[in-house]
Amino acid sequence: MAAMDQSKIRNFCIVAHIDHGKSTLADRIIEKTGLLTSREMQAQILDNMDLERERGITIKAQTVRIVYQAKDGNEYIFNLIDTPGHVDFNYEVSRALAACDGAILVVDAAQGIEAQTLANVYLALDHDLDVFPVINKIDLPSAEPERVKNEIEDVIGIEAQDAPLISAKNGIGIEDVLEAIVEKIPAPKGSPDNPLQALIFDSVYDSYKGVIVFCRIKEGRVKKGTKIKMMATGAAAEVVEVGYFGAGQFIPCDELAAGMVGYLTASIKNVKDTAVGDTVTDMENPCEKPLPGYKKVNSMVYCGMYPADGAKYPDLRDALEKLKLNDASLNYEPETSIALGFGFRCGFLGLLHLEIIQERLEREYNLDLVTTAPGVIYRVYKTNGEMIELTNPSNLPDPSEIDYMEEPVVSAEIMVTTEFIGPIMQLCQERRGRYVSTEYIEASRALLKYELPLNEIIYDFFDALKSRSRGYASFDYELKGYEQSKLVKLDILINHEEVDALSFIVHADSAYERGRKMCEKLKEEIPRHLFEIPIQAAVGGKIIARETVKAVRKDVLAKCYGGDITRKKKLLEKQKEGKKRMRQVGSVEIPQSAFMSVLKLDDN
Amino acid sequence: MPVGRRKGDKMKELSIYIHIPFCVRKCLYCDFLSAPAESGEMENYVNLLLREIKTQSIFYGDHRVISIFLGGGTPSLLPAADVGRILEQIGNNYSVAADVEITVECNPKTAMGEKLKHYITYGINRLSIGLQSTDDEELARIGRIHSYRDFLETYSLAREAGFCNINVDLMAGLPGQGVDSYRRTLERVVALSPEHISAYSLILEEGTPLYVNQSAYSFPTEDEDREMYAFTGRYLAEAGYGRYEISNYAREGFACRHNQVYWRRGDYVGFGLGASSMVRNVRWKNPQTHADYAAYVTRMMQTGADEVQQLSQEEQMEEFMFLGLRLMEGVDMEAFHRMFGKSMEEVYGETIAAFEAQGLLERKGCRLSLTLRGIDVSNMIFAAFLF
Repeated sequence: MAAMDQSKIRNFCIVAHIDHGKSTLADRIIEKTGLLTSREMQAQILDNMDLERERGITIKAQTVRIVYQAKDGNEYIFNLIDTPGHVDFNYEVSRALAACDGAILVVDAAQGIEAQTLANVYLALDHDLDVFPVINKIDLPSAEPERVKNEIEDVIGIEAQDAPLISAKNGIGIEDVLEAIVEKIPAPKGSPDNPLQALIFDSVYDSYKGVIVFCRIKEGRVKKGTKIKMMATGAAAEVVEVGYFGAGQFIPCDELAAGMVGYLTASIKNVKDTAVGDTVTDMENPCEKPLPGYKKVNSMVYCGMYPADGAKYPDLRDALEKLKLNDASLNYEPETSIALGFGFRCGFLGLLHLEIIQERLEREYNLDLVTTAPGVIYRVYKTNGEMIELTNPSNLPDPSEIDYMEEPVVSAEIMVTTEFIGPIMQLCQERRGRYVSTEYIEASRALLKYELPLNEIIYDFFDALKSRSRGYASFDYELKGYEQSKLVKLDILINHEEVDALSFIVHADSAYERGRKMCEKLKEEIPRHLFEIPIQAAVGGKIIARETVKAVRKDVLAKCYGGDITRKKKLLEKQKEGKKRMRQVGSVEIPQSAFMSVLKLDDN
Repeated sequence: MPVGRRKGDKMKELSIYIHIPFCVRKCLYCDFLSAPAESGEMENYVNLLLREIKTQSIFYGDHRVISIFLGGGTPSLLPAADVGRILEQIGNNYSVAADVEITVECNPKTAMGEKLKHYITYGINRLSIGLQSTDDEELARIGRIHSYRDFLETYSLAREAGFCNINVDLMAGLPGQGVDSYRRTLERVVALSPEHISAYSLILEEGTPLYVNQSAYSFPTEDEDREMYAFTGRYLAEAGYGRYEISNYAREGFACRHNQVYWRRGDYVGFGLGASSMVRNVRWKNPQTHADYAAYVTRMMQTGADEVQQLSQEEQMEEFMFLGLRLMEGVDMEAFHRMFGKSMEEVYGETIAAFEAQGLLERKGCRLSLTLRGIDVSNMIFAAFLF
């Protein structure tokens, strides 16, 4: 490709609430630009991981370069940068936005604006992107495009009257969107003659090429042989290849210059060296300062992951290693549990990230896992002045050594129809939420703002929110900071033995309630043994709740009729099979499901 | 009397089970292969049975029949002459021991006067009567067709006809049954002095009406069930009934020979719909629908039996343990060693030691058996002997 006229480049992304049709619109845009025939298209090209398709969300930002013959007779290059659609990946979203010059806001013609829509739009506006709206799903019977247009203007304050009315699913109005991209999204700026300044917005590991860095060239140029340096991590390398993104493939080219979006490879072995948000520059002609906005991504949620079959520990380690190659935000270190044996303490961006990793381990690596209750990172200030960041409740120092503890708190925005404000506020109160404000979006909808401890929302908050609003509430949050809190470690004793994998940190006021529910749940999960099994919850050695699994008194086969031994044996085999899925803790066999069932205790 | 090869006898022992899959009405707890018969169906079925018995006999030339058991369903529903033809067919085609035990299961109301006298003339020497309870309300609740009075009548007619080996089947844990009513049932039955008593706990089998509608019934609590169960053993022991198997009690010399064959893994062949067999460590089952069974018999068994399984050595060991331990005499460790060429210690040492430590198994000489506490939780123990 010859040096491209900057004025014919459009770098943009699509922002939307989950389910509002972002990926479908992306597919249609790619289809209409004619780079691919319909036959070549998978249902949703940009989401190429099975998991993503099943969950209907985009996990990793992906990008495609397409060519559009506009009505003005010119040929335009579109770089469509796909962004993840979940709050766990907010930072990745912000970096992908920073690589764009504009954004298409997709709003569902029936549902209107949701909490996540707002969060994403504000994020886009914060990055000085020009945003234009499109109204999707106009062919639904419940579509109200006029109402939604007004809502966009009122709530977000952007012009919406001439927003294209489309149905991405049925290919209606896509031409209008393409023309609007040409008209409304500004061409990139920056000069190829300045020192190299490129923003990393994603990277993937390839076993042949090493790390493939996705970047937006803000200033300067880069080509094979350029000696580059990552300004934040300090990693240096020599570029082996540069290119742009075909649909589902990498297409090498000679050079990437200011305004372009593409990739580079430089035999880099680890995605840690190419952190999202970092700035790539030329070692021989470095830029003065890095692009703004870099931040180290930290895990917010931790849990223990153990192979159900202890012999699979090396397999789990290998699988985590492989996943880590592509996912700089996944952390893990070995840990040992008395109850569960050898495993790993793993750190994630959020609960969704945790679930995705867990599912990938189980599906792609065929591992059967036992996961302990996810927790957040607590800061423990000791009386000797030391501060430790606690990710595993078992490592909590003796209470006598603790001065005080802090927990992470998030700012949450909940969009809800007014009829459910009551139940949702009650939920937030129960979760130790601190009320901030209520803003009415329109007569029937409000935006509730709360500050909530992160550990109250990582288990089942989203489920509870959905069930108490009959699915209408939507939710978004960002980390606000750490606050001092009255926290205690809740221990579970089974047959008088502490089960380390069941311990967790909880606010002192909810300890009794949580302890009681845990005991009740475990009573259901633990099968009866030949002896009575007390299940106790304790805080600092003091028992606060107790349940008892009664001893088996009788377990005798019924009449064995007419010598049909096979049938009786099948019953015994079933009994035996059940035992195999147990973990031995002392003399008690605990089903693996028990370790996970205690995560969902909200029974409202 | 002990079953096993007797000295000087070159013939192997064989037991025969005959399945009669007919009943007046299916009981609400029953999941056995049985249903009310339509007209002509019984006769067709008996003809098939006769043919199967004869055809199969060629395989058992070197066997001597030591027990015959007609079970069901309700075998006593068959016309007496049909029972006679079945036994005659066995007598004509098999070598039958002089002291053969021949049992017929019967339900009160279906086995009356003449029928019982005919049974005696056919050589039937043991009657197993399904009573379950002496409380008519309890009987009605589980769908039995008879009353306690019907049973008393059948019982006395059987004695009059000359039966001197009678078993009575009882059940604990019935809906609406209390400890007192169960106790009364047991006392009334013992007062009649049958030679043998089988006392089972009701098990809710999936798919039965009782299982499906279980929430509509009130079952005894676990404690009550437990009390009934404990009372059974205690009371019957006092009354002179020895427990020889988990649920079976008999006066000296009246343990059921046929049943013990199952637990000791002797050879037995089953005739009739869905009947199970085990001969020389091969298990199989007859077809389970009338159409398949008819095809199986008329095509000289060429259509094949169901679930044919040659037991591996491991499977034989498993069975040796979980079947043998059902008997109070337990399993013979030396016999195990002789049979499998490995000591029981070598194969099951850890498992046995763990149960001994918990007081669930005990050794007496070369025998290993369940303790009283072990009987209570025998399923858990048996399951542990599976590989």
